[in-house]
Amino acid sequence: MTAPPDDCLARNEWICGDYLSTRREILLDAVVQHLQLTSVSVLIGLALALPLAVLARRWGWAAGPVLAVTTILYTIPSLAMFSLLLPLYGLSATLVIAGLVLYSLTLLVRNILAGLRAVPEETRQAARGMGYGPIRILLAVELPLALPAAMAGLRIAMVSAVSLVTVGAIVGFGGLGNLIYSGMNTYFKAQVLTASVLCVVIAVAADLLLLGVQRLITPWTRART
Amino acid sequence: MNTLTETWDWLTDPAHWSGADGIWQRLLQHLVLTVVCLIVSCLIALPVAVILGHLGKGGVLAVNISNVGRAVPTFAVLVLLLLTPIGGWGEGPTVVALVLFAVPPLLTNAYVGMREVDRSTVQAARGMGMTGRQVMFHVELPLSSPMILNGMRIAAVQLVATATIAALAGGGGLGRIITAGFNLASTPQVVAGAVLVAVFALIVEGLFEVAEGLAPAWVRGTP
Repeated sequence: MTAPPDDCLARNEWICGDYLSTRREILLDAVVQHLQLTSVSVLIGLALALPLAVLARRWGWAAGPVLAVTTILYTIPSLAMFSLLLPLYGLSATLVIAGLVLYSLTLLVRNILAGLRAVPEETRQAARGMGYGPIRILLAVELPLALPAAMAGLRIAMVSAVSLVTVGAIVGFGGLGNLIYSGMNTYFKAQVLTASVLCVVIAVAADLLLLGVQRLITPWTRART
Repeated sequence: MNTLTETWDWLTDPAHWSGADGIWQRLLQHLVLTVVCLIVSCLIALPVAVILGHLGKGGVLAVNISNVGRAVPTFAVLVLLLLTPIGGWGEGPTVVALVLFAVPPLLTNAYVGMREVDRSTVQAARGMGMTGRQVMFHVELPLSSPMILNGMRIAAVQLVATATIAALAGGGGLGRIITAGFNLASTPQVVAGAVLVAVFALIVEGLFEVAEGLAPAWVRGTP
């Protein structure tokens, strides 16, 4: 008869190197799922938010309803949001993505709209005076000037999405949230702590990455400071 | 459409409203959790933020703490707390997690509100011979109350959401109706629970909208 192993896994310690080495593939799969769910939903959210914000800017009467609807969506707690979408998408990754798209939509529309509204009227008039048409003003003047505000919104949306994906564990598509959920049911401390720390690391890394992108695509904001 | 009618049937069945797992009981738990934790969070965050804002110190911490709060997953914190000794105290982990997530928006908004008070107003108050304490209570605090109220609104919405997620980690509240529905594979119950939570959250948001509408009049009324 062999003695039971006396390592940190058997002792159920919070920090456990053996956990990292033995469960590397599970962790990697969870991280990949986490990144996929986050990036796909934020990108879809961005693709929807941009035209909505531009339309709301062009027709002032549309701004009120668009902002009201997105505020209501943002107020709904994430667990309820995923549950409300259940009849539409069933237990699938699409459900989690749809929920996250709705959340990032709110943050992005608000920020892009704020950015577009902050473009000075003189700048717009100067562009018009130089013979720019409305579409060229939008693409070459207004959108670039709205970039810092839009990027700020994108960073908040990305960080929120990384953290909200974990709630997707309720339908089995929560990336690292799945590990936290199963770790909770089996009182597996190392798994819960490792997955939680990885979540925060992903959020911080995504934020820094977007900050770098923002600095690259808006070099003029640095010259001013 | 079928799910809609089944959800309606679930919600209108009187048997689902009464009892220890009934909707009324869950609603009461959710309400008590939200209100108690909002009060506790305000007692912790507002004095700190108001004093720091008055002194103009600790700004980096006060402003960045809400970014940190956003990056840390609520669910992960709930489960981590559940596995620590606090997990043994019934609703302990839920209450601690709720307070942890409600404090950052309160702190940030109150601090920014205090700092955004027009400096010339503060100097005028000083020139009139007001002490630091009087400036804080009679000038800065009333003028920053819209921002403080905004922070309370964000915190309240966050509390309702966190209390819902607490059900995943075994806590009480309306979220339990949703998790029980998932365990029973009963889509009507899941959707019914979600509708209840969503309506609850929207009512909380609505109440603050009304309060914010009333606030400026009260602020103007203060000398």
